[in-house]
Amino acid sequence: MLSPRRIPAVAAVAVLALTAVACGGGSSSSKSLTLYSGRAEVQIQPVIDEFTKETGIKVKVRYGATPELAAQISEEGSNSPADLFFAQDAGGLGSVDDRGLFGPVPPDLLAQVDPRYHADDGDWIGITGRVRVIVANSRNVPDAEVPTDVFAVTAPRWKGKVGIAPTNGSFESFLTAMRVQAGDERTKQFLHDLAANDVKTYNDNALILKAVNDGEIDLGLINHYYWYQLANEIGEDKMVARNHFTLNGDPGALVNVAGVGILKSSDHQELATRFVSFLLGKTAQTFFSEKNFEFPLAAGVQPLPSLPKLSEVQSPDIDLSNLSDLDTTLDMLREAGLL
Amino acid sequence: MAGAAVAVAALLPVVYLLVRAGEGGWTAVSDTLLTERTGRLLARSLGLATAVTGASAVIGVALAWLTVRCDLPGRRLWRVVAALPLAVPSYVGAFAYVSVFPWLTGFRGAFAALTLLSYPYVFLPVAASLERIDPSFEEVSRSLGNNAAATFRTVTLPQLRPAIATGGLLVFLYCLSDFGAVSILRFDSFTRVIYQSYQSSFDRTPAAVLGCLLLAVTLVVVSAEARTRGRARYYASGPGANRPPRVTRLGRARWWALLVPVTVAVLALGVPFANLVRWLVDSVQADVDLARVWRAAGGSLLASGLGALVTGAAAIPVALLAARHRSRLAAAVERSAYVGHALPGIVVALSLVFFSARYLTSLYQRLPVLVFAYLVLFLPLAVSAVYTSAVQASPALDEVARSLGKRPLAVLRTVTAPLLAPGVAAGTALVFLTCMKELPATLLLGPTGFETLATRVWSATAIGAYGDAAVPSVLLVVAAAVPTWLLSRRLGRQAAT
Repeated sequence: MLSPRRIPAVAAVAVLALTAVACGGGSSSSKSLTLYSGRAEVQIQPVIDEFTKETGIKVKVRYGATPELAAQISEEGSNSPADLFFAQDAGGLGSVDDRGLFGPVPPDLLAQVDPRYHADDGDWIGITGRVRVIVANSRNVPDAEVPTDVFAVTAPRWKGKVGIAPTNGSFESFLTAMRVQAGDERTKQFLHDLAANDVKTYNDNALILKAVNDGEIDLGLINHYYWYQLANEIGEDKMVARNHFTLNGDPGALVNVAGVGILKSSDHQELATRFVSFLLGKTAQTFFSEKNFEFPLAAGVQPLPSLPKLSEVQSPDIDLSNLSDLDTTLDMLREAGLL
Repeated sequence: MAGAAVAVAALLPVVYLLVRAGEGGWTAVSDTLLTERTGRLLARSLGLATAVTGASAVIGVALAWLTVRCDLPGRRLWRVVAALPLAVPSYVGAFAYVSVFPWLTGFRGAFAALTLLSYPYVFLPVAASLERIDPSFEEVSRSLGNNAAATFRTVTLPQLRPAIATGGLLVFLYCLSDFGAVSILRFDSFTRVIYQSYQSSFDRTPAAVLGCLLLAVTLVVVSAEARTRGRARYYASGPGANRPPRVTRLGRARWWALLVPVTVAVLALGVPFANLVRWLVDSVQADVDLARVWRAAGGSLLASGLGALVTGAAAIPVALLAARHRSRLAAAVERSAYVGHALPGIVVALSLVFFSARYLTSLYQRLPVLVFAYLVLFLPLAVSAVYTSAVQASPALDEVARSLGKRPLAVLRTVTAPLLAPGVAAGTALVFLTCMKELPATLLLGPTGFETLATRVWSATAIGAYGDAAVPSVLLVVAAAVPTWLLSRRLGRQAAT
């Protein structure tokens, strides 16, 4: 154990070590970018490696959760070391944009995705799409009986048989979309009915899907790609759960995006633009489609054959830039006793 | 002087909170502060912290008594086991509880998880005190005709008061700041709402206002704890007897008494361990990049080691000041050291992002700022350990040395330091293992690309890849168990001398 006589010596060594660490490796080459990524490493690093291989531009990546990274960029302001911010949802991008920290994405890049999937002011751009689905246990619930209207999951038949993840960002965005489309009163009622119907709450979408697949519950509200992740892990033949897209343009089939913005303060605007362009290119879009099971938004890459075309999904007509008021949504969840 | 400098450093997050809270103007502050919800949150958080502190005190004192002062079968082993829950990060523990007992959510879940994982904060100082108490006090009581129970109540327990109070304070503040357990077990505490506030509106004012309120609560609690110390003295006035305390013979009841440490161990260690084993089984299929896990372990050791050394050293002047001087300044310095511990990690991390990105650009996202964050977050762990040593050492020893013509520095080196050594070592070890588990500051302030075991666990669980989380989790718990083991072994050695 540390004897007090040795403390000064150890402290001196520590200070030297700190200085060495602080001074070493500080030179940032002009051919390098810094990316703050709210997207997990396995879902994006291979694309980044490919980019570096093709262009020789190194990318340093700081991984974190989208909200924390958005808060961090906001605190850093114009001193941010980040050149780019990749967020898992439009809300995270919108918050950084609201502080005026993003510069414009060049118009030729914006033109590569449907205008519904980039910011109104052109300051961030969607890279992939993810769709809300109702996942159902096919043994307990014949396909024809799965609700095609998300409000129907509060029917008495599903008492104690529906799973939600109240703390999950995608679920909260879905509720915000419901408020935008159907109004606050209807959304409050929906949450109240869910709670009264003994809805089961889970920590994340993967746990809901597992519960549906194991027959513990009949229905779950999740994002579409979790089904493919689980199928990939345990084999498609073991999948009792099925994805169902709601059919009447209600928020049950909300399309959200994961996307990217270029920091205004970045000294590497041109390199950053090349990176965004690469994310919209065929290699990256194919990776996101095949490995992450997301909906590609550019380069003419098609979603997996088992998925519908994005244009065929009957998603609500909602501007993603309008989904930033999460506060009221959280208040409603709390009021309903679900959070 | 040094103490005051440390205190000023520890107060940086406060400056940040005031800046951010002030941004929205008075209306924004009152909008957040004067709501029924804030009142409810305050009541809930204080309720949780009080309940956990009370339960931790009972468990901590009971286990310390049984393992130090009773002839419990295998008490040396149980002494080590009782400290081990400190090695389990709250997010790993809470996840295990909710997987094994899915109904265990909300208040009772948070209460159970936080109590089981944080009672060692009370157990360790109380066990150490029980060994160091001069046995002659108790012998006098017994010789005056008091029975064992009365002696414990009137002589031993009052002597344990500083240890229970400092340990309880750490538990209390930890409950206010913990995010892992309350988020996984879905209990709406201050910290969880502060996090959600960052997540939802991305508006910093409400979070900062709540942070300020949390700060005010902390100062009240810390001051109240200081008042319990009163003017009492805890060192023997004379040379006294340096011999091991007497052991209570429990007779047949000792087998029943054994149920206490066993039950606590099964709940606090068995459940998380079983869950880790399940993850390990899953990970056999996952293809784990072991080289990378080892690099992350190196990162953990480096950052936590530096954090522990710096924090341990910084705690010495603060604790000495608090133990030896009863001035207002000394009190203010010590209390300010506790501020960082009660604030959610994300708030401390963002405050350092704010300062270092602006004024220390060259050090931003380098190790020194991360180490500094650990200092701000965990200083009280070290201060309380050093303080406990400092109050049990009579200042008369220093005075004698001075009167014999020794210079102040020489006194510090030859008299004060050896007396403080056990406390400094304990504090350093405690900070080390707590740094190992730290997440929000490490994610925001670590060098880009720098990984620790905690960040590996996080990145795997964030995408539901629990199999990938198994190996780093196990390493994390094992690595944190080593200093925990040293902490409790120190107890055994002292008893032997």
